[in-house]
Amino acid sequence: MPVTKAFCVSLIGLNGTIIEIEAEISSNLPAFVLVGLPDASLMEAKDRVRAAAMNSGMPLPGRRVTVNLSPASVPKKGASYDLAIAMSILAASGKTAIGALDGWIHLGELGLDGAVRGVPGVLPALLAAKRAGWTRFIVPAVNMAEAALVSGVQVLGAKALVEVAKFHGAEVVAEDLVSEIPHLLEESNGHLPDLADVIGQEEAIEALTLAAAGGHHMLMVGPPGVGKTMLAERLPSILPSLTFEESLETTALRSIAGYETSTNLSMKPPFEAPHHTASMTSLIGGGSSLPKPGLISLANHGVLFLDEAPEFQRPFLEALRQPIESGEVLITRSAGMARFPARFQLVLAANPCPCGNFSAKARSCVCGTTTRLSYMSKLTGPLLDRIDVRLFLQPPSAAQSALAKIGAKEVGRSSSAIRSKVEAARDRARHRLSGTPWTVNAHVPGSYLRGMNHITAGARKLLDKGLDRGTLSMRGYDRCLRMACTSADLAGREIITDDDVSFASMLRGGDGAAKW
Amino acid sequence: MLVERNWRSAQGEIDLIARDGDWLVFVEVKTRNGTGYGHPFEAITQSKITKIRGLVAEWCSVKHIFGARIRLDAIAVLVSSGKVHIEHLKEVF
Repeated sequence: MPVTKAFCVSLIGLNGTIIEIEAEISSNLPAFVLVGLPDASLMEAKDRVRAAAMNSGMPLPGRRVTVNLSPASVPKKGASYDLAIAMSILAASGKTAIGALDGWIHLGELGLDGAVRGVPGVLPALLAAKRAGWTRFIVPAVNMAEAALVSGVQVLGAKALVEVAKFHGAEVVAEDLVSEIPHLLEESNGHLPDLADVIGQEEAIEALTLAAAGGHHMLMVGPPGVGKTMLAERLPSILPSLTFEESLETTALRSIAGYETSTNLSMKPPFEAPHHTASMTSLIGGGSSLPKPGLISLANHGVLFLDEAPEFQRPFLEALRQPIESGEVLITRSAGMARFPARFQLVLAANPCPCGNFSAKARSCVCGTTTRLSYMSKLTGPLLDRIDVRLFLQPPSAAQSALAKIGAKEVGRSSSAIRSKVEAARDRARHRLSGTPWTVNAHVPGSYLRGMNHITAGARKLLDKGLDRGTLSMRGYDRCLRMACTSADLAGREIITDDDVSFASMLRGGDGAAKW
Repeated sequence: MLVERNWRSAQGEIDLIARDGDWLVFVEVKTRNGTGYGHPFEAITQSKITKIRGLVAEWCSVKHIFGARIRLDAIAVLVSSGKVHIEHLKEVF
């Protein structure tokens, strides 16, 4: 009997390899042999495929069936090969038209009843296959919405194995494959909490606005109940929407992680707030044999919020340093390595000491100096170096909360108003940085900043004075300049003035954790 | 050319022994009424094959046949709604 071929995609991280699935039926006693480095979960495909074919009215021949997954050197895992394996065997047994499978990539898990079930990673698999020149795909019907995000390819959705067999010329009674593509791309920022809910904290909101506009990482320290978490949760509401490419990348990452991605392509920046007991692997990425993205990658193009930051394991906090610098994380496992994007905006919140009351008005701290210092020393110098905005929050005064009670909300306090300010500032920064590899101020290195010349002499003098007096380190100088840039962007000015520099040095805080 | 059928020893039974040219062919025949319990061939398991191999050696030593070219075949007989369907696999084990 002839050897037939079907095609599938093996994903390692966001990179895919086309897998050729060969099937041969030989005149020998019935057996199902699966070779080509399948892992345990893929070995189970044998039983699923046999039962699915039987229950679709196309039982496998009572002969020896050999299926080879090629290239054998690429590790393969999971159930998404089921459909391609079944089609390859059905073709080998002469059920489908000759050559019908050529040029098609099949993805899908089979149920014992012959149903085609959804699989993770459809979007990155299709993107990878498209890069390799493949344009025709059959995917599970439930993954159609996700598959439709890939433009310029033909995608059909299958609900059952028998439909795919019929499509490829088998003489069976079945429905046609689904071809209509559900329309996506809906803008939804509606359900995010609004900054207007925050009482007082003008300074914090200014800082948050600046962080959003420049993409600066941020640290908030303050006594419990002061609104740190509340503020951080409202950051996504003032961030600009994702671009199509950013959203596609974020959705692809969520797809590999097995998140539900079939409903829509979310344009709103992701917000991930892991609990401090989360494992290193779940946060950074990893997995038993094939690397999977961690939470820092799921927060790509969005916000990674670490509440109670000093409670996190120190190795995790230190592990953040490299992705913060490079915007990606390289995960290496026995079965391969994967480079996941991890360009997140880091927001840390912390109590100033274990009891939480240090330097809070009208509450007394019971912690000794050593205790306090050791608590904050979890946030090490190298990590804090990478955080531009550092803010100490005080509880709102009685007057502020009374004002809020009578509804005296300030104009321009709502998230949508601030978001348009942020968007304008980002446009300005993008325009200024055109021709450089950077798009937001936070990513611009100090050497470039210091070389800029649209800064007033007064502002420059203010910074130099700080440097002379020793109140500013060289790194602090850069951070000040960076935030001053964003401040000027927010104010709509071309030139950085001494106002911007003063505001920046206020937000900068000290150079070390010992400040508190 | 049929040599022997239903040859028995203490270990078991060989269904058919035949001569095909210079080949000596040992055949396992499986009959099923319908495929409700799977294809007849699926009933020929690895342990069954091992058993037949032992029987072949025993038959050869009993008959003083040495150095023959030996082949093992399987025949499936499927009876469904009064019709008989026969499949023959050569050189299966």
